[in-house]
Amino acid sequence: MNCIIIDDEATARAIIGQLCSNIESLNVLEEFPNAMQAIKYLNQNEIDLIFLDIHMPDFTGFDFIETLKNPPKIILTTSDANFAIQAFEYDCIVDYLVKPILPERFQKAIQKAEATASKAKTSSVSENVETTSGNDLYVNIDRRLIKIDIPSIYLIEAKGDYINVKTENKNYTVHSTLKKIEDKLPNDLFLKIHRSFIINVDKIIDIEDNSVLIKKDVIPVSRSNRPELMKRLNLL
Amino acid sequence: MEQPNLSYINSMSGGDKAFEQKLIDIIKGEFPEEKKVYFDNIAAENYKLTAENVHKLKHKISILGLEKSYEIAVAFENNLLEGETNLQEEFEAILTTMTNYLQQL
Repeated sequence: MNCIIIDDEATARAIIGQLCSNIESLNVLEEFPNAMQAIKYLNQNEIDLIFLDIHMPDFTGFDFIETLKNPPKIILTTSDANFAIQAFEYDCIVDYLVKPILPERFQKAIQKAEATASKAKTSSVSENVETTSGNDLYVNIDRRLIKIDIPSIYLIEAKGDYINVKTENKNYTVHSTLKKIEDKLPNDLFLKIHRSFIINVDKIIDIEDNSVLIKKDVIPVSRSNRPELMKRLNLL
Repeated sequence: MEQPNLSYINSMSGGDKAFEQKLIDIIKGEFPEEKKVYFDNIAAENYKLTAENVHKLKHKISILGLEKSYEIAVAFENNLLEGETNLQEEFEAILTTMTNYLQQL
């Protein structure tokens, strides 16, 4: 099985690499210190198995899985046993290894992966740009136009060269800019409240000082954007 | 106090001495950086980030066979997430023990 390792800790990558080297059927093609680099790689390469850390700065292992359309088998590697239940909500996750990973336990995880392995072509986010049609927004993900219901979007966050579009049902990571998507969204519903965030004003739960609670996310409000936000509210 | 050891590294290396040394070198390179970020964040009272740093350091604590210390780190991480620092002294003593041990390797 061709595999890759994604972990922000060099020590963890070295250990997993060594454990893989002891198993003939595994071929480690690449290692990545963050999920974004792996996404770019997966757009151009087919692999069978990913060893994926959950706790990584900016973009967690679960965020990463959400970007994959047809994910390969994934073995989660983490120092935290608390995510096990969440992990098994994903069909692609075949096992969950708690660090430090013991060789016997690792071997068992590989056996599980081999038993369920199918060479699924991996795809993920790639080139971008959004188009709108009525209440829908189309995002270009891996050369497919994916329809998003605009009112279901509650938050858009800029993350480097990408934007994270959060909706009621699903999150989408798209290679685009906040400015581009802002131009495509209805002004009466959406508002940029910070250089990195656009929110759906209808989805606000509460506002406290310089932050807005929207679903479970607390989003900062820039001083310069606060007056416009206050204007939009139906204040008593 | 509990002392670090190389039992885990030896058990997973499959007797590959070159790998054992490579892993020790990686730990010796990475640990001081992680420790520095931890001290910066706790000094700034940024406990959420500090909890993430402790989370990351937990792995190295376990790699060096410090089982009881690992439990302290788990409890301290939870402390920090609640905005408390009850176990700071104990945790930092663990870091000192690890630092001294790695210097000898």
